Amino acid sequence: MKFVDEYRNPRMARKLVAYIRQRSSRPWSIMEICGGQTHTLIRYGIDELLEGAVELIHGPGCPVCVTPLEKIDRALAIASRENVIFTTFGDMMRVPGSRGDLLSAKARGADVRMVYSPLDALNLARSHPEKEVVFFAVGFETTAPANAMAVWMAAQEGITNFSVLVSHVLVPPAIRALMDDPETEIRGFIAPGHVCTVMGYVEYEALAREYDVPFVVAGFEPLDLLQGIAMLVDLLEEGKAEVQNQYTRSVCREGNPHARALMEKVFAVTDMTWRGIGTIPASGLKLRPEFEAFDAEKRFAVSDLSTRESPVCIAGAILQGKKKPPDCPAFARECTPENPLGAPMVSSEGACAAYYAFRRFREART
Amino acid sequence: MTMCLGVPGKVVEVFRNELGLLFGKVQFGGIVKEVNLSYTPDVKVGDYVVVHVGFAISKIDEEEARQVFAFLERMGDLEGLEQEMGGDASG
Ligand code: SF4
Repeated sequence: MKFVDEYRNPRMARKLVAYIRQRSSRPWSIMEICGGQTHTLIRYGIDELLEGAVELIHGPGCPVCVTPLEKIDRALAIASRENVIFTTFGDMMRVPGSRGDLLSAKARGADVRMVYSPLDALNLARSHPEKEVVFFAVGFETTAPANAMAVWMAAQEGITNFSVLVSHVLVPPAIRALMDDPETEIRGFIAPGHVCTVMGYVEYEALAREYDVPFVVAGFEPLDLLQGIAMLVDLLEEGKAEVQNQYTRSVCREGNPHARALMEKVFAVTDMTWRGIGTIPASGLKLRPEFEAFDAEKRFAVSDLSTRESPVCIAGAILQGKKKPPDCPAFARECTPENPLGAPMVSSEGACAAYYAFRRFREART
Repeated sequence: MTMCLGVPGKVVEVFRNELGLLFGKVQFGGIVKEVNLSYTPDVKVGDYVVVHVGFAISKIDEEEARQVFAFLERMGDLEGLEQEMGGDASG
């Protein structure tokens, strides 16, 4: 496939690995925020190829992983209602709530359906006027414009049996929370290429100045990440806290103005709880008052939500880059993709699932 | 599927739906999917776009893509180092 295959060229990858190893004077701790990038790094063993030159710390950018338990429980309660069709991206089906997941709710008779796009959920609302169709609107800035469009179209068309359970999170406030931790070891960031495709990277320039750390916006293929890491190591070696852009074929400094405009029209910034991490100020999105009629939380009152996390899961430490999956005593033992105890074992963007899929059991077994 | 994943595809058709919204058909390898093009209003048939959950979020800048490769090719002076390394990142 064009724009995919050429970014997996092993010869160029070797050149970049050699360049990074030669350039790096010490093992720089750098974080990739996005779980999609974690997946590529682990899949291609890039972290191992760069051992000693850079220490890759995996970040919190897995939307499935950080969706708060309270929202999952609320989703389960709404999905179990008589006349509801509950729609969600496939990744959310297996995320453990306090009592089961959406897949088990479906097995018990709830009408839960996987959709590829929020517009598919809207189509279901059009074709089932007798039902309430609810869409689980989760994700980062990449996904928010799509979900905003579904709500905006429903409003334009006067579709009244459609609503969204919103659990949107924003990347820059999470970076702030990570860097405000006095014990942080992060010296530079690979910024998320698709979040920046939508948002641009002006916000990251402010973060670079404020925390004196460099950022490189990078894509998702092996060569994108290797080149991004090479650029970041250059900046670190030169002591420059700048923002550079590796993913120029998709990202420009101001982002996508069309996507941002509708996102800002439909959503407003709000405080948000991140599963395993806690509340981060101004780190989420909620529907603006004009669109509150589409808010599933307002439409379906759910009482008595008492949440309960697995006592063994260390997802919080993993999402903050303080621990790696093999450090978890349950990893690849009690916790597997077939029987996940925590959200990072579910989504392919979750670090635990990536380590499991690519058989990184070594450290866990010693 | 992954949530922040964006997949590059080629626009093979552009049209407006009943509501006047811009849509298109986008080809990914052998598969063709209907994609909302509202956020990339300037795309034409033959352009490549990055698609995320049914929406094109950017038009791929082919000139920028070419420049990155030209830069990588120029890293020729590192060939010597490459021999020493011998690692394979192709997975
Ligand atoms: S391996 Fe399972 S239990 Fe351990 S942190 Fe990951 S998701 Fe939680």
